[in-house]
Amino acid sequence: LAPWVPVVGLEIHAQISSNSKLFSGSQVQFAAPPNSLVSFFDASLPGTLPVLNRRCVEAAVMTGLALNCSINKKSLFDRKHYFYADLPAGYQITQQRVPIAVNGSLSYSLCIDNKMSQMVTKTVRIKQIQLEQDSGKSLHDDIRSQTLVDLNRAGVGLMEVVMEPDMCCGEEAAAAVRELQLILQTLGSSQAVMAEGQLRVDANVSVHHPGEPYGVRTEVKNINSIRFLAKAIDYEIQRQIEELENGGTILNETRAFDSKLGCTVPMRDKEGKQDYRFMPEPNLPPLVLYDAKSLPANMNHQQVINIDWIHERLPDLPSVKRKKLVEEYGILPEHSFTLLNEDGLAEFFESVVKQTQMKPKKVIGWILNDLLSYLKQHSLTVKESPVSSFLLADLLNLLEKKEISSTAAKQVLAELWKGEGKTALEIVKEQKLELLQDQKELEQICQAVIDGQENE
Amino acid sequence: AALNDGLRSQVSAALKEGRVTPAELCQRCLALIKSTKFLNAYITVAEETALKQAEESEERYKRGQPLGILDGIPIAVKDNFNTAGIETTCASNMLKGYISPYNATVVQKLLDQGAVLLGKTNLDEFAMGSGSTDGVFGPVRNPWSYSKQYKEKSVPKSHSEDEESNWVITGGSSGGSAAAVSSFTCFAALGSDTGGSTRNPAAHCGVVGLKPTYGLISRHGLIPLVNSMDVPGILTRCVDDAAVLLGSLAGHDPKDSTTIQDDFKPFELPNLTDVSKLSIGIPKEYHAPGLSSEILALWSKAADLFKNAGAKVVEVSLPHTRYSIVCYHVLCTAEVASNMARFDGLEYGHRSDMKDSTESMYAATRREGFNDVVRGRILSGNYFLLKQNYEKYFVKAQKVRRLIANDFVKVFRSGVDILLTPTTLSDAAPYTEFIQEDNRTRSAQDDILTQAANMAGLPAISVPTALSERGLPVGLQFIGRSFQEKQLLTVAKWFEKQVQFPVIQLEEVERHDSDVFQHQKSASFS
Repeated sequence: LAPWVPVVGLEIHAQISSNSKLFSGSQVQFAAPPNSLVSFFDASLPGTLPVLNRRCVEAAVMTGLALNCSINKKSLFDRKHYFYADLPAGYQITQQRVPIAVNGSLSYSLCIDNKMSQMVTKTVRIKQIQLEQDSGKSLHDDIRSQTLVDLNRAGVGLMEVVMEPDMCCGEEAAAAVRELQLILQTLGSSQAVMAEGQLRVDANVSVHHPGEPYGVRTEVKNINSIRFLAKAIDYEIQRQIEELENGGTILNETRAFDSKLGCTVPMRDKEGKQDYRFMPEPNLPPLVLYDAKSLPANMNHQQVINIDWIHERLPDLPSVKRKKLVEEYGILPEHSFTLLNEDGLAEFFESVVKQTQMKPKKVIGWILNDLLSYLKQHSLTVKESPVSSFLLADLLNLLEKKEISSTAAKQVLAELWKGEGKTALEIVKEQKLELLQDQKELEQICQAVIDGQENE
Repeated sequence: AALNDGLRSQVSAALKEGRVTPAELCQRCLALIKSTKFLNAYITVAEETALKQAEESEERYKRGQPLGILDGIPIAVKDNFNTAGIETTCASNMLKGYISPYNATVVQKLLDQGAVLLGKTNLDEFAMGSGSTDGVFGPVRNPWSYSKQYKEKSVPKSHSEDEESNWVITGGSSGGSAAAVSSFTCFAALGSDTGGSTRNPAAHCGVVGLKPTYGLISRHGLIPLVNSMDVPGILTRCVDDAAVLLGSLAGHDPKDSTTIQDDFKPFELPNLTDVSKLSIGIPKEYHAPGLSSEILALWSKAADLFKNAGAKVVEVSLPHTRYSIVCYHVLCTAEVASNMARFDGLEYGHRSDMKDSTESMYAATRREGFNDVVRGRILSGNYFLLKQNYEKYFVKAQKVRRLIANDFVKVFRSGVDILLTPTTLSDAAPYTEFIQEDNRTRSAQDDILTQAANMAGLPAISVPTALSERGLPVGLQFIGRSFQEKQLLTVAKWFEKQVQFPVIQLEEVERHDSDVFQHQKSASFS
């Protein structure tokens, strides 16, 4: 059988982290009482007009720069029309003709095998980033034959990041999304928490034989975690291969991922091709951005956005942070990945290193093997750790000074974990875990043991 | 003070000096509204709130602290502007009973200056039409139908026809506002202008109708017809009053991103005496098919008036004028289809009882809520916006719009200051005749002289000029350069003074306000 080449592209919607919505002043907040964060504009009351939120534009520019995009100095807003209960105006304001950022790239890393001992770097092209409105939420109550509509989310700013079909499997897609998530969180442009709907991923999947044109693609939606993303994509790739090998055809359709069954199913709602009747949004002038060169002399800087100014203030991106960790502390690249993967772990590590004489190369083992596994076991975040960096550093110092053995140290850590307020030294004394350095004392103990044995 | 007094010159002074009180003015207007109910100019009369506003105004005058010229002045607002607590219907079943929670910016500005809001005026449904005949509350009647001037000239027809069936339309779509101003029930009114909807009824009702430059006055709270062409319009009895209203309404609004940022300084109109430095352009294409010989003659006479006074009068060409109707039709219906998408019965307005599914509820709601005209435009607009049609129609129309706008740029660049054109093709038609043709046909015909100004975003004003042979008003239009309202209104004011348009002689008004006719001016222009 001829080999199959799977092709995976992604459309990612990231909710912008801002106080108010993209075109209105109502608040952005997760899980507020239904319809408590809805302005007149969000409810599409006739006569209301959109007013662009500056912070949302800055977030998109930051994200575009972090993804190596060209920022379009002039971008446009459009209306995308369709009727749905969670879309009060009957159209969504988006950027279809000229989005705010184009032609970028995202580098991400994968492990060759499961042991994280060999990492390979891959790149996916970013087609574009566009600003658009989020929709509200509708809940179908089949028992009472009614639909309940909550417009709290309607109008919240989104950045849609389109990744070209450069990926080949679930693992690559998951790694790319994970890296994007870290970047967004580092920038602060989105909190990107998938469980709270701040990051939504749709996958475009197709398969073809090498040398032949791309196959028909399906769109997979309703994916709620990065883990499910990989599963859904891999399932869909398999499904398509099986279908084609059995002589079937692939429909250009939208499918939902069913996490319970672990498979994709056709979505009833999206049958037939929709004509969105795109039209320019007449109430919003073109969005004009400046850089240091093009900024007019006497322009009120409150009224404009300077791309260069934002660029200068970008924080270190995850890839830069990892490099610095490796260079400064001599840890392995895969260690730096794990450190950044856990919120607050890198800071914890650096804090311990500062407070201990133990070499970072040794500290890292305690962080990644011991502390991290405790955290995972108890489903705690770094912030919630009962063992502070001070306590751990203190313990590691004892070990470094050879006052205890490493086995004893693990015992002490277990005790520290209980969070009873004792220091490492106190626990050592309590449990008599001190390492005996005195040669004569050791000989006496050994002799006592031997004597004891002889008596039996 | 009399109901036909100019705001700045007379009423404001009278209020300040206590010769008349805001409450008195308000009550006189409310009484006149009642006795002219047959005009059907008002959809909602906000009697209680108006009297309360008038009382508050009176308090301010007593304290010697009026908010400005507009304090205590009764005004009316077209029913497509949001007014908090007062029904806003757009003359449609879709919004019958709809009480908006907010005021349109222009309404708020008027209220902030102490104006007294008498009520909401009648219009074509959702401002679609040129007759003010197609709203759910019925047509508006032109007050001139009942004027002495018209009745004198009417040839009595067969004995079965009476005054009732002879009445003429106001023009539209801001017919209610024009009728309200014309019949003295208010001192000024807000209309809207998308293709001529303020200037057209102004011409037919013998009042001043100003369309400001697009972007000068906020559209926040004006329920949109065509977002890229709509402007709030101003209807008054004299040009000076229009300048007062403009001064109180213009300026940047952060809630409307299409308003310009520049500071706007309200101005008083100078009394122009020397027009020799003025260059008046006469666009030859505005001699449009269907233009009545009467209006053609008046237009010519007006041009001569300027020439004889020393101004330079030149013929100019706006070659793409003949494409404007089709271009307007495409762009207007496309935006209408989009703007009307929000009326689905879910959040506000009419909701059908149909419960089978969300989709069927939408369809029934929109069928029940919209009239034929609105539904027709939505269907056309959706057709033009289909992916396969977008380039051929919408984008093409955008390009033609640019050409039309460029025509004006070229003419103004060549040294012309103001353009002089007719406003309408003829005087007001009798209602029975007007409804022989459908709304689309009428709009296409009637908008030809006014819509290009909307496409180019330019300011334009219709000034009552003379009475036709039938005794009905005819207006002429001046079109100016972008944001040059001061020059436009200055020239209009000079013209107004020259033509001395006659005061309407309405029995109802005479009964209420005998002072009105003490200073009657004769119709010197016809």
